[in-house]
Amino acid sequence: MANMDLAAEPLPDPSPATLLRRRVLGHHGLTFGLGVLIIIAAAALFAPFLAAHDPYAQSLFARMKPPFWMEGTDPAHILGTDQLGRDYLARLLYGARISLMIGVVTALISGLIGTTLGVVAGYFGGRVDLVVTFLINVRLSMPVVLVALAVVALFGGSLETVILVLGLLLWDRFAVVMRASVMQLRDLEYVNAAKAIGCSTRRIILSEIMPNVVNNLIIVATLEMAHAILLEAALSFLGLGVQPPTPSWGLMISEGKQMMLFEPWLITIPGIALFLLVLAINLVGDGLRDVTATENRG
Amino acid sequence: MLAFALKRLGLAALVMVTVSLVSFSLLRLSGDPAVAIAGEGATSATIEAIRAQYGFDRPLSIQYFQWLFGALQGDFGQSYYFRLPVADLIADRLSVTLLLGLCSIVFALVIAVPLGVAAAVRPNSIIDRTALFLSVAGQALPSFWFGLILIMVFSIQLGWLPPSGSESWRHFIMPTIVLGYYAMPAIMRLTRAGMLEVLKADYIRTARAKGAGAGRVLFKHALRNAIIPVVSLAAVQMGFMLGGSIVVESIFALHGAGYLAWESIGRKDLPTVQALILIFSSFYIVFTLLSDLVNAWLDPRMRVG
Repeated sequence: MANMDLAAEPLPDPSPATLLRRRVLGHHGLTFGLGVLIIIAAAALFAPFLAAHDPYAQSLFARMKPPFWMEGTDPAHILGTDQLGRDYLARLLYGARISLMIGVVTALISGLIGTTLGVVAGYFGGRVDLVVTFLINVRLSMPVVLVALAVVALFGGSLETVILVLGLLLWDRFAVVMRASVMQLRDLEYVNAAKAIGCSTRRIILSEIMPNVVNNLIIVATLEMAHAILLEAALSFLGLGVQPPTPSWGLMISEGKQMMLFEPWLITIPGIALFLLVLAINLVGDGLRDVTATENRG
Repeated sequence: MLAFALKRLGLAALVMVTVSLVSFSLLRLSGDPAVAIAGEGATSATIEAIRAQYGFDRPLSIQYFQWLFGALQGDFGQSYYFRLPVADLIADRLSVTLLLGLCSIVFALVIAVPLGVAAAVRPNSIIDRTALFLSVAGQALPSFWFGLILIMVFSIQLGWLPPSGSESWRHFIMPTIVLGYYAMPAIMRLTRAGMLEVLKADYIRTARAKGAGAGRVLFKHALRNAIIPVVSLAAVQMGFMLGGSIVVESIFALHGAGYLAWESIGRKDLPTVQALILIFSSFYIVFTLLSDLVNAWLDPRMRVG
């Protein structure tokens, strides 16, 4: 009989953290994306321990060994070696570092520029907004790939130049989204209340507005990371991005291109890695948008 | 409407001038053009002579205005590499890029709109999930890699299509697919969202109640209203795609303006690069302007601001 009483007792409400965890785990795209992203990030972080070879070490005697699923493979090189006899797995692992670094640092730079512009435009409106909207229009009108290629070519390709150029170019979506989000909040009662009790503009923006738009900020940041990674790969592929012998995935595809008639795996392996990384980041971004949307909260 | 159109036109012109100023200063500040023209191993006297000949010794602002006024009259200066007027050089190549852009946007619309409609008619069905999967995967596919894979399959293994060049319509098939798939996810999602919205409207229920057939309701009543934002998105995408054609044209050696841009960047041929940036920007500006004007014409609410 005592058991019956226990069963009748209502369950305590799950905490917000539990609810969020359930939503995250119930979203297949998000869990898959996070899983792949964690694996790639771990591979990049522990590349020196995972790779048995130096990604730059060339060997004339071990050129173009095929990967493990093909005949004539060398057990010392699971994913084979490239035209210069460099271990493909090592280059792939170190390449993950390049891609992730490009994505993260570019998103930080462009996020800082775009968020500042967007928040200022959304909060103050009026003339400030006109100027920022104009800047966004100018930026959107410039062909990104062409401008990035030209500037990188003139300054000389290096990892730093590519990151800086992409960071200075990819802020538009941050500005557009932040401007719209802040505009929706600007005239809400709690913001007016903060104004009424004499909070400084800085304080209102930083502690009243920002916490409420940080969701959108993270979502845009993931999408722009993916965008930057794809662009770096395209620039490096065209020969005007990161320069050899850096193990960038785009560069690996470009180097394998001459041999793709005979050794197609030279371009399929880094291509699949690139696709998976970008897919994972996009899935995380889309998933975050789904689970943090207010209508899904129960 | 006229006031709106004029205002929008003025804004477009202002954006255009600013873009030209930014691209001019970017290219000028990033290197000395005289050194680039003289080539390696040139003496300082040669470089000085070139500087005077091309007018690089004058203040940058004067050089900019000279270039801008020339550009407004269709004179983009001489190519350092070909020693030909840049305008002639580009005119030859532009038709290829425009054709590619047009084919690609048509291809994207033909695939994405029906897919979006089918997905909206049965949300969460197999079709809807497949369409969503395709759009997510499409966004992650690097276009240059996709192009190489197509060459590998259709040119090398099957031998159906030529891998490079721009002589016949068959040379345009793979570039169209690669450039077009890029615009598909956004068009598909917008069509789906628009159709879902419209299908809930009262006038759809009325049409059904009157006994109109399912196909008639879907295409005559619903799609007509859902397609307006899709058309304006397609116009904007077209502007973006022309800018992105540089990657696709260089993979397939399609001799359009994008390929010329890639070659000119490699040759440090600044006047050609500058002109191409301006031209690609102006396409984007014109397409967004058209889309805004069409929207404002169809929907008076858009004329505010």
